[in-house]
Amino acid sequence: MASVSLDHALVLAAILFAIGFAGLLTRRNLIVVLACIEIMLNAGGLAFVAAGARWGQADGQVMFLFVLAMAAAEVAVGLAIAIRFRQSLKSLDVDDADEMKG
Amino acid sequence: MTILFTIAAVVAVLSTLMVVTRTNLVHALLYLVVSLFAVAVVFYTLGAPFVAALEVIVYAGAIMMLFLFAVMLLNVGADSPLRVPRLAWVGPGILVAVLLAEVVYGLTRQTQPLAGVEVGPQAVSEALYGPYVLGVELASMLLLAALIGARHVAARARDEEEAAESMERARGLSETAGEAPGQGAVDDPGRLTEEGDA
Repeated sequence: MASVSLDHALVLAAILFAIGFAGLLTRRNLIVVLACIEIMLNAGGLAFVAAGARWGQADGQVMFLFVLAMAAAEVAVGLAIAIRFRQSLKSLDVDDADEMKG
Repeated sequence: MTILFTIAAVVAVLSTLMVVTRTNLVHALLYLVVSLFAVAVVFYTLGAPFVAALEVIVYAGAIMMLFLFAVMLLNVGADSPLRVPRLAWVGPGILVAVLLAEVVYGLTRQTQPLAGVEVGPQAVSEALYGPYVLGVELASMLLLAALIGARHVAARARDEEEAAESMERARGLSETAGEAPGQGAVDDPGRLTEEGDA
Protein backbone atom coordinates (compact mmCIF):
# COMPACT_ATOMS: atom_id res chain seq x y z
CA MET A 1 0.00 0.00 0.00
CA ALA A 2 2.73 2.44 0.97
CA SER A 3 4.74 1.88 -2.19
CA VAL A 4 1.59 2.32 -4.29
CA SER A 5 1.03 5.73 -2.70
CA LEU A 6 4.65 6.65 -3.36
CA ASP A 7 4.19 5.74 -7.00
CA HIS A 8 1.05 7.84 -7.21
CA ALA A 9 2.78 10.82 -5.61
CA LEU A 10 5.70 10.50 -8.01
CA VAL A 11 3.29 10.30 -10.95
CA LEU A 12 1.58 13.46 -9.68
CA ALA A 13 4.96 15.19 -9.41
CA ALA A 14 5.82 14.12 -12.96
CA ILE A 15 2.49 15.41 -14.30
CA LEU A 16 2.89 18.77 -12.56
CA PHE A 17 6.46 19.06 -13.80
CA ALA A 18 5.37 18.26 -17.36
CA ILE A 19 2.58 20.85 -17.25
CA GLY A 20 5.00 23.45 -15.93
CA PHE A 21 7.54 22.57 -18.59
CA ALA A 22 4.96 22.76 -21.36
CA GLY A 23 3.91 26.17 -20.10
CA LEU A 24 7.52 27.28 -19.93
CA LEU A 25 7.98 26.37 -23.58
CA THR A 26 4.71 27.76 -24.91
CA ARG A 27 3.90 30.87 -22.90
CA ARG A 28 5.72 34.09 -23.80
CA ASN A 29 4.77 36.33 -20.87
CA LEU A 30 7.73 36.68 -18.53
CA ILE A 31 5.62 36.56 -15.37
CA VAL A 32 3.88 33.37 -16.52
CA VAL A 33 7.24 31.85 -17.41
CA LEU A 34 8.41 32.53 -13.84
CA ALA A 35 5.20 30.99 -12.52
CA CYS A 36 5.84 27.88 -14.62
CA ILE A 37 9.33 27.62 -13.14
CA GLU A 38 7.72 27.79 -9.70
CA ILE A 39 5.39 24.94 -10.68
CA MET A 40 8.33 22.82 -11.80
CA LEU A 41 10.32 23.50 -8.61
CA ASN A 42 7.22 22.67 -6.58
CA ALA A 43 6.86 19.37 -8.42
CA GLY A 44 10.49 18.55 -7.66
CA GLY A 45 9.89 19.30 -3.99
CA LEU A 46 6.81 17.07 -4.08
CA ALA A 47 8.96 14.21 -5.34
CA PHE A 48 11.41 14.81 -2.46
CA VAL A 49 8.65 14.83 0.17
CA ALA A 50 7.01 11.72 -1.32
CA ALA A 51 10.28 9.82 -1.25
CA GLY A 52 10.98 10.94 2.31
CA ALA A 53 7.49 9.88 3.40
CA ARG A 54 7.95 6.50 1.75
CA TRP A 55 10.90 5.69 4.02
CA GLY A 56 9.53 7.52 7.06
CA GLN A 57 12.54 9.82 7.22
CA ALA A 58 12.72 13.60 7.61
CA ASP A 59 15.39 14.05 4.94
CA GLY A 60 12.89 14.53 2.14
CA GLN A 61 11.21 17.39 3.99
CA VAL A 62 14.60 18.99 4.72
CA MET A 63 15.41 18.87 1.02
CA PHE A 64 12.04 20.46 0.29
CA LEU A 65 12.97 23.32 2.62
CA PHE A 66 16.13 23.90 0.61
CA VAL A 67 14.13 23.85 -2.62
CA LEU A 68 11.77 26.35 -1.00
CA ALA A 69 14.61 28.75 -0.13
CA MET A 70 16.04 28.38 -3.61
CA ALA A 71 12.64 29.08 -5.21
CA ALA A 72 12.23 32.22 -3.10
CA ALA A 73 15.69 33.48 -4.13
CA GLU A 74 15.01 32.64 -7.77
CA VAL A 75 11.68 34.40 -7.92
CA ALA A 76 13.06 37.51 -6.21
CA VAL A 77 15.84 37.89 -8.78
CA GLY A 78 13.53 36.85 -11.62
CA LEU A 79 10.91 39.45 -10.82
CA ALA A 80 13.60 42.12 -10.48
CA ILE A 81 14.76 41.15 -13.96
CA ALA A 82 11.13 41.34 -15.13
CA ILE A 83 10.84 44.92 -13.86
CA ARG A 84 14.09 45.84 -15.59
CA PHE A 85 12.94 44.01 -18.73
CA ARG A 86 9.73 46.02 -18.85
CA GLN A 87 11.59 49.29 -18.39
CA SER A 88 14.12 48.72 -21.14
CA LEU A 89 12.08 46.80 -23.72
CA LYS A 90 8.60 48.22 -22.96
CA SER A 91 7.07 44.76 -23.02
CA LEU A 92 6.92 41.48 -21.12
CA ASP A 93 7.32 39.22 -24.14
CA VAL A 94 10.40 37.04 -23.72
CA ASP A 95 10.79 36.82 -27.50
CA ASP A 96 11.57 40.54 -27.57
CA ALA A 97 14.84 39.80 -25.80
CA ASP A 98 16.46 37.96 -28.69
CA GLU A 99 19.52 40.18 -28.78
CA MET A 100 22.20 40.36 -26.14
CA LYS A 101 23.18 43.96 -25.56
CA GLY A 102 25.50 44.90 -22.71
CA MET B 1 -6.60 9.05 3.10
CA THR B 2 -6.16 7.59 -0.37
CA ILE B 3 -9.34 9.30 -1.55
CA LEU B 4 -8.15 12.60 -0.06
CA PHE B 5 -4.85 12.24 -1.90
CA THR B 6 -6.61 11.45 -5.17
CA ILE B 7 -8.99 14.42 -4.96
CA ALA B 8 -6.17 16.81 -4.03
CA ALA B 9 -4.05 15.47 -6.89
CA VAL B 10 -6.89 16.02 -9.37
CA VAL B 11 -7.38 19.56 -8.07
CA ALA B 12 -3.65 20.22 -8.36
CA VAL B 13 -3.50 19.00 -11.96
CA LEU B 14 -6.63 20.92 -12.98
CA SER B 15 -5.51 24.21 -11.42
CA THR B 16 -1.99 23.87 -12.83
CA LEU B 17 -3.46 23.32 -16.28
CA MET B 18 -5.50 26.50 -15.82
CA VAL B 19 -2.30 28.39 -14.84
CA VAL B 20 -0.71 27.42 -18.13
CA THR B 21 -3.76 28.04 -20.31
CA ARG B 22 -5.22 31.31 -18.95
CA THR B 23 -4.43 34.37 -21.03
CA ASN B 24 -5.28 36.81 -18.25
CA LEU B 25 -2.27 37.17 -15.95
CA VAL B 26 -4.30 37.73 -12.79
CA HIS B 27 -6.42 34.65 -13.48
CA ALA B 28 -3.29 32.55 -13.95
CA LEU B 29 -1.86 33.75 -10.63
CA LEU B 30 -5.16 32.97 -8.87
CA TYR B 31 -5.04 29.43 -10.19
CA LEU B 32 -1.38 29.17 -9.18
CA VAL B 33 -2.39 29.87 -5.57
CA VAL B 34 -4.99 27.09 -5.81
CA SER B 35 -2.37 24.73 -7.23
CA LEU B 36 -0.01 25.44 -4.32
CA PHE B 37 -2.85 24.87 -1.83
CA ALA B 38 -3.61 21.53 -3.49
CA VAL B 39 0.02 20.44 -3.25
CA ALA B 40 -0.05 21.43 0.43
CA VAL B 41 -3.01 19.10 0.96
CA VAL B 42 -1.08 16.36 -0.86
CA PHE B 43 1.81 16.91 1.57
CA TYR B 44 -0.62 16.58 4.46
CA THR B 45 -1.97 13.29 3.18
CA LEU B 46 1.57 12.02 2.69
CA GLY B 47 2.23 12.54 6.41
CA ALA B 48 4.27 15.77 6.23
CA PRO B 49 2.20 18.43 8.04
CA PHE B 50 5.15 20.75 8.72
CA VAL B 51 6.01 21.03 5.05
CA ALA B 52 2.32 21.45 4.22
CA ALA B 53 2.15 24.48 6.52
CA LEU B 54 5.35 25.90 5.04
CA GLU B 55 3.98 25.42 1.54
CA VAL B 56 0.99 27.58 2.43
CA ILE B 57 3.03 30.21 4.30
CA VAL B 58 6.04 30.57 2.02
CA TYR B 59 4.80 29.56 -1.43
CA ALA B 60 1.16 30.65 -1.38
CA GLY B 61 1.93 33.53 0.98
CA ALA B 62 5.32 35.10 0.46
CA ILE B 63 6.20 34.10 -3.11
CA MET B 64 2.74 34.86 -4.46
CA MET B 65 2.96 38.22 -2.70
CA LEU B 66 6.15 38.85 -4.66
CA PHE B 67 4.30 38.02 -7.88
CA LEU B 68 1.50 40.39 -6.88
CA PHE B 69 3.97 43.19 -6.21
CA ALA B 70 5.60 42.60 -9.57
CA VAL B 71 2.23 42.74 -11.34
CA MET B 72 1.44 46.00 -9.57
CA LEU B 73 4.88 47.54 -10.21
CA LEU B 74 4.84 46.53 -13.87
CA ASN B 75 1.42 48.16 -14.29
CA VAL B 76 0.12 45.15 -16.19
CA GLY B 77 -3.34 46.46 -15.34
CA ALA B 78 -3.12 48.63 -18.45
CA ASP B 79 -3.77 45.69 -20.78
CA SER B 80 -5.29 43.13 -18.41
CA PRO B 81 -7.36 44.71 -15.65
CA LEU B 82 -6.02 44.16 -12.14
CA ARG B 83 -9.55 44.48 -10.79
CA VAL B 84 -10.63 40.87 -10.89
CA PRO B 85 -13.59 40.51 -13.26
CA ARG B 86 -16.92 39.42 -11.87
CA LEU B 87 -16.83 35.68 -12.48
CA ALA B 88 -13.07 35.11 -12.29
CA TRP B 89 -13.23 33.82 -8.74
CA VAL B 90 -15.74 31.04 -9.46
CA GLY B 91 -13.27 28.46 -10.77
CA PRO B 92 -10.58 28.95 -8.12
CA GLY B 93 -13.29 29.26 -5.46
CA ILE B 94 -14.81 25.88 -6.30
CA LEU B 95 -11.42 24.18 -6.28
CA VAL B 96 -10.46 25.78 -2.96
CA ALA B 97 -13.82 24.74 -1.49
CA VAL B 98 -13.02 21.12 -2.42
CA LEU B 99 -9.64 21.44 -0.70
CA LEU B 100 -11.22 23.03 2.38
CA ALA B 101 -13.72 20.17 2.64
CA GLU B 102 -10.82 17.72 2.43
CA VAL B 103 -8.87 19.47 5.20
CA VAL B 104 -11.92 19.61 7.46
CA TYR B 105 -12.58 15.92 6.82
CA GLY B 106 -8.95 14.98 7.45
CA LEU B 107 -8.74 17.01 10.66
CA THR B 108 -12.02 15.79 12.20
CA ARG B 109 -11.46 12.10 11.49
CA GLN B 110 -8.38 10.44 12.89
CA THR B 111 -6.92 9.36 9.59
CA GLN B 112 -3.73 7.48 8.93
CA PRO B 113 -1.12 9.09 6.64
CA LEU B 114 -0.54 7.34 3.35
CA ALA B 115 3.02 6.36 4.23
CA GLY B 116 1.98 4.87 7.56
CA VAL B 117 4.05 7.13 9.82
CA GLU B 118 3.76 10.89 10.17
CA VAL B 119 7.06 12.77 10.20
CA GLY B 120 6.31 15.79 12.33
CA PRO B 121 8.02 19.16 12.86
CA GLN B 122 10.28 17.85 15.61
CA ALA B 123 11.92 15.20 13.45
CA VAL B 124 12.34 17.68 10.60
CA SER B 125 13.91 20.29 12.89
CA GLU B 126 16.30 17.79 14.42
CA ALA B 127 17.45 16.76 10.96
CA LEU B 128 17.60 20.37 9.79
CA TYR B 129 19.82 21.60 12.61
CA GLY B 130 21.73 18.37 13.00
CA PRO B 131 23.33 16.83 9.90
CA TYR B 132 21.96 19.52 7.56
CA VAL B 133 23.08 22.63 9.44
CA LEU B 134 25.62 23.48 6.77
CA GLY B 135 22.82 23.49 4.21
CA VAL B 136 20.87 25.92 6.38
CA GLU B 137 23.85 28.28 6.44
CA LEU B 138 24.24 28.01 2.68
CA ALA B 139 20.52 28.68 2.18
CA SER B 140 20.77 31.81 4.30
CA MET B 141 23.72 33.04 2.25
CA LEU B 142 21.79 32.31 -0.94
CA LEU B 143 18.83 34.34 0.30
CA LEU B 144 21.09 37.24 1.25
CA ALA B 145 22.74 37.16 -2.17
CA ALA B 146 19.32 37.08 -3.84
CA LEU B 147 18.19 40.06 -1.74
CA ILE B 148 21.19 42.16 -2.69
CA GLY B 149 21.07 41.01 -6.31
CA ALA B 150 17.36 41.77 -6.70
CA ARG B 151 17.85 45.22 -5.23
CA HIS B 152 20.78 45.88 -7.51
CA VAL B 153 18.99 44.74 -10.67
CA ALA B 154 15.67 46.47 -10.00
CA ALA B 155 17.06 49.80 -8.77
CA ARG B 156 18.95 50.76 -11.91
CA ALA B 157 18.02 53.67 -14.16
CA ARG B 158 14.29 54.15 -14.41
CA ASP B 159 12.85 54.79 -17.83
CA GLU B 160 15.30 55.64 -20.57
CA GLU B 161 15.28 53.92 -23.92
CA GLU B 162 18.06 51.36 -23.90
CA ALA B 163 20.13 52.80 -26.76
CA ALA B 164 19.72 56.41 -25.72
CA GLU B 165 20.38 55.40 -22.17
CA SER B 166 23.73 53.85 -22.89
CA MET B 167 24.82 56.91 -24.89
CA GLU B 168 23.62 59.24 -22.16
CA ARG B 169 25.31 57.10 -19.59
CA ALA B 170 28.66 57.27 -21.35
CA ARG B 171 28.40 61.05 -21.72
CA GLY B 172 27.03 61.60 -18.20
CA LEU B 173 29.75 59.42 -16.73
CA SER B 174 32.51 61.43 -18.36
CA GLU B 175 30.90 64.75 -17.34
CA THR B 176 30.08 63.82 -13.77
CA ALA B 177 33.33 62.02 -13.28
CA GLY B 178 35.08 65.28 -14.13
CA GLU B 179 32.89 67.34 -11.78
CA ALA B 180 32.67 65.10 -8.76
CA PRO B 181 35.04 62.19 -8.87
CA GLY B 182 34.20 61.16 -5.30
CA GLN B 183 30.59 60.25 -6.14
CA GLY B 184 31.50 57.90 -8.93
CA ALA B 185 32.78 55.31 -6.53
CA VAL B 186 29.59 55.03 -4.47
CA ASP B 187 26.65 55.67 -6.82
CA ASP B 188 25.68 53.35 -9.62
CA PRO B 189 25.98 54.52 -13.24
CA GLY B 190 22.21 54.92 -13.72
CA ARG B 191 21.90 57.46 -10.96
CA LEU B 192 24.93 59.31 -12.26
CA THR B 193 23.23 59.58 -15.64
CA GLU B 194 20.13 61.10 -14.10
CA GLU B 195 22.17 63.63 -12.20
CA GLY B 196 24.17 64.43 -15.30
CA ASP B 197 20.93 65.12 -17.21
CA ALA B 198 19.56 67.38 -14.50
